[in-house]
This record gives sequence, C-alpha cells and structure tokens, in this order.
Amino acid sequence: MIRTHELTRRFEETTAVDRLNLEVPAGEVFGFLGPNGAGKTTTIRMLTCLIGPSEGEAEVAGFSIRRQAPEVRRRVGILTEAPGLYDSLTAERNLAFFAALYEVEDAAGAIERYLRLLGLWERRHEPAGTFSKGMRQKLAIARALLHEPQVLFLDEPTSGLDPEAAHLVREFIHELRREGRTIFLCTHNLDEADRLCDRIGIFHQRLLALDTPAALRQRLYGRVTVFHLRSLDPVWVEMIAGLPVVRSVQTVEGKLLVSLDDPEAQNPEVVRALVAAGADIQFVGELRRSLEDVYLRLIEANSPVPA
Amino acid sequence: MKRVRVLIAKEWEEVFRNRIVLFTVAFLPLLLTGLPLGILYAMREAGDLGGMSTVDMPAEFATLCGGLSGAECGQYFLVSQFMLLFMMLPLIIPATIASYSIVGEKTTRTLEPLLATPVTDLELLAGKGLAAAIPAILATWGAFLVYAIGARLLAISPAVVARLADPLWLLTVFLLGPLLALAAVSAAVMISSRVNDPRAAEQLSSLVILPLLLLFFGQISGLFLLNASLILWMAGGLVIIDGGLLAFAMQLFQRESILTRWK
Repeated sequence: MIRTHELTRRFEETTAVDRLNLEVPAGEVFGFLGPNGAGKTTTIRMLTCLIGPSEGEAEVAGFSIRRQAPEVRRRVGILTEAPGLYDSLTAERNLAFFAALYEVEDAAGAIERYLRLLGLWERRHEPAGTFSKGMRQKLAIARALLHEPQVLFLDEPTSGLDPEAAHLVREFIHELRREGRTIFLCTHNLDEADRLCDRIGIFHQRLLALDTPAALRQRLYGRVTVFHLRSLDPVWVEMIAGLPVVRSVQTVEGKLLVSLDDPEAQNPEVVRALVAAGADIQFVGELRRSLEDVYLRLIEANSPVPA
Repeated sequence: MKRVRVLIAKEWEEVFRNRIVLFTVAFLPLLLTGLPLGILYAMREAGDLGGMSTVDMPAEFATLCGGLSGAECGQYFLVSQFMLLFMMLPLIIPATIASYSIVGEKTTRTLEPLLATPVTDLELLAGKGLAAAIPAILATWGAFLVYAIGARLLAISPAVVARLADPLWLLTVFLLGPLLALAAVSAAVMISSRVNDPRAAEQLSSLVILPLLLLFFGQISGLFLLNASLILWMAGGLVIIDGGLLAFAMQLFQRESILTRWK
C-alpha cells in the first residue's frame, strides 16, 4: 500500500529525510517513531503529496507521489498535527465542506456515520470553535475518513489530549484496525505504538529499525526468561550458563535471568536442569523490555540495526 | 468548477462572520454612496451656489459643461470627483476578504488539510479570488445603482441627471470595477501567500488603493480629467496588469513553500 524507494527530502543544507526505504502492506497499522525534528512530518507530507521529494520515489495506494499526486490525494486521509478546523463553522459544515472537495457520493450519510461513530452527532450543529481538544481531534479524524481513504495518515493523534480523550481516540484507531484499514501512525507515545501497531519504524532522518515491536525487542535484547526461585545458589548460575542452549545468565534481586534464542523450546530444558539441581522454582515468566528501552537505545546509538 | 463553488460558499460562510469584513463590505458602500448624494442634496438646497459659473471650473471640465448653467456645472463637477472614490470599493473589499483567506487558513492551521484534498491550485485560487471579488463587484454595482437613483432625485436639473447617466460613468463602474477587483484580489493573494499575519496581509493589501488616490488627487488638482478615453486607457492597462498579476500570483502560490515556511 505504501512503498518508498530512497525517498529523500532536503531543505537547503538540511536533510530532513535521508533515503527512506519502506514497505507497508495493506491492512497494516504502521508506527513511525522518532524524536521531534526527526523528519516524520516531512515524510507524511511527502507521502500525502503536500510537498515533493528531493530524490527518490514513493507509491501510495499504487500511485506515484511524483507523477500522480491528484490520484494519491484522493486515496489518502490525513490527520495533521493540529486538527485545523474552521472554528466558526459547525461540526457538520466542517465535514460537509471536505466531503464536497473529495466529491463523496453520499456525503450526508458519511457525515452522519462518522459523527455518530465518534460521539459527535448530538453536537453537529455547534461551531467547532466551541469544542474541547478531544472533540476537535475526533472531528478531524472524521474529516480524514469521510472519503473512505485507502491509507490513513495520523500525525500525533493523541498529542496534547487528556487521558480520557486519548483513550477514546486510541479505541477508535483500534476499531479502524479491526476494519482492516492501512494506517501510518506517527506518535511519540511508545506505549500507544506498542499496543496499536503491527510494525514500527524508528526514524531519525533515516530509518534506524523496522520490525514488529516484539521482534525489535528480541533483536536488541534477545529473549530473556526470568526464573523466580525460593533461594538462589551461585552454583546454579554457573550450571545454567554451561547449558548449550543458554546465551547468557544474570541474577537480579534473587531472580535468574536467562537469555535464550527460542524460549518456547528451550525453557523446559532449563527448568529440568534447575529442578535436578534442587532449585525450588516458584514461577517462570518472560522479561518484557518496554518499547521505550528499544527506542531510547536506537535513538542514542543513531545507527541502523541490521535486520 | 464544483470545487470552486464549494470553496466560494465556504469562504462566504466563514468570512462574513468576521465583523471587520462585514463592516468593510457594508459600511464602505454606504459611505461612498452617501457622500456624493449628500453633496447633491446640499447643492440643491444652496440654490445657485452663490453665483458659481463655469469659469470657476478647471478649463478641461468647463468644456464638458456645454449647455449647463454655472450651478449645474458646479454640481456635475463636484459629483464627478467622487466617481474615482467609487472605484475604491472594488479595491478595498476584495483586498480585505482575500487577505484573510489564505493567511487565515495558515494561522488557523486549516491550509494543510485543505491542500491534502484533491483541490488544484487553480481551483483554490479561483475559489478564494472569486469569493473576494464577487461581493466587491456586487457592492460597487449596488452602490452605484443607489447613487444613480438618488442623483436622479436630488440633481438640481434634468440636464445634470442626463450628464450623470453618462456612458463614461457606466463604463467606469461596469468595466473598471471588475478589473480593479481582479487586480486587488491578485495582489492580496500574492501578499497572503507570502506573509504569516492577517493584519500584515490586510495592511499591505490596502496599498492597492494608492494609485487610485493619486488619480483622485490628480483630477481634483486639475492635472487631468477623467474622460472616456482615459477610462478606456485605464481599462486596457488594467487588463494587462491583471494578466500579469494573476500569472504572478499563481507562480507565488506554491503549496510547498507555504507549508514549509510555517513556524
């Protein structure tokens, strides 16, 4: 659905986006993470044909952003960083205006559907300027969806919202995900990306990493099984480290942290060895690194991670 | 064309909620219509204007007064001076509306979602330009109509009424008006594309009335006289200027630079 090849954008001396190669298949929720000024918004602007690339090419919904911009614009929806609503117009008029520009066939039906879905139907006759931040964001999301775009670009959809409004917006993105929409999501909220996205790309002028959140954790940290023992004998640490399937062993606060390539297959062997050595295993779990750990490590290193 | 209509409707719905715009569109025509009518009324009430004769008129104008008495010529002369002021309407009204249109979209951050739609640059500029020009042209014509009726009622003699219905005036209002509106819109679009503050845009756009004021004072001081040939020359010049300004406005309106210059 989205394919970029060496996509580059320079502003005078500054390179905002450097040779981005990316493929997002249909139906995927793709998270695009990076610090402020990393070039995320520039990338979205290129992919939605708001600005052109300096070099490289991209296809969105099967159309070239260089040669077929009008076709691309018809097929994408965008939620910009600021909702950008006409404050003096009612919610309904805001949507009707954009529906007419996109030449939506059943504009009234589409407007009603999305206003109801987002809980704004009862407020449709009120000026957008009187809406709360969360309501404005929801109205902007409705606007982005009116013409049933094949690809939806969301730039910081929950930024600046209170927890309740952010939750509502995330729930709606979940709903869109269930509908099988292709979503390109820029966010600073790593927990949000972890929960919503099938894959994430960590980006700082260039793509530093691209994979599922789980795979990225594994690539950076491996998979670690935590064994909670009633008591820890240092001999067991050496014994476990000597097992051929074990990559490394650490002890933290009386727990044994064992790094394995394939925990599902290899955990039983470690459990058997510990039990045989006389350890009382209370429970076994997987140490889950947060996406934040992954993100910070990549941004700090600022160098691409091999796939 | 459908998108242009949609844009015009949205612009009007939005812009006429703005009190400054509403004031400009409503008050200015009233003022510029009321002023000459008030003078006509005052002159009629003053009778023979203290024995004014055609000798008191600029020489070029006196020749246009053939057959009119001194008082009639005086009334005709004074009211003629306001003809150029009438032409301020198609300059000021569109400049006010258009200066809000693009800069307004920039400051309210609505331009990015708007530019992400399939609307083309031409549709966008046509929509915004026409939304600014049409009210100005209609206000000018409407004000002139009121003025024409008022002049008929208040002129001191039928001979003056006949002069005031001169084709020169009709040519000025119905030909120069739209051409001036187009020039004002093009200038305002150019300015709006380049600045980031609606007030700066409006102030800069209002400079388009300067050439007209020079003409006004030139005529009052007797440097030249507004006549059919001058009007036609001005119309010809404006056609060329409008073409150039429109082309330049199209060139200046670049989505990319407008978006990336946002701070």
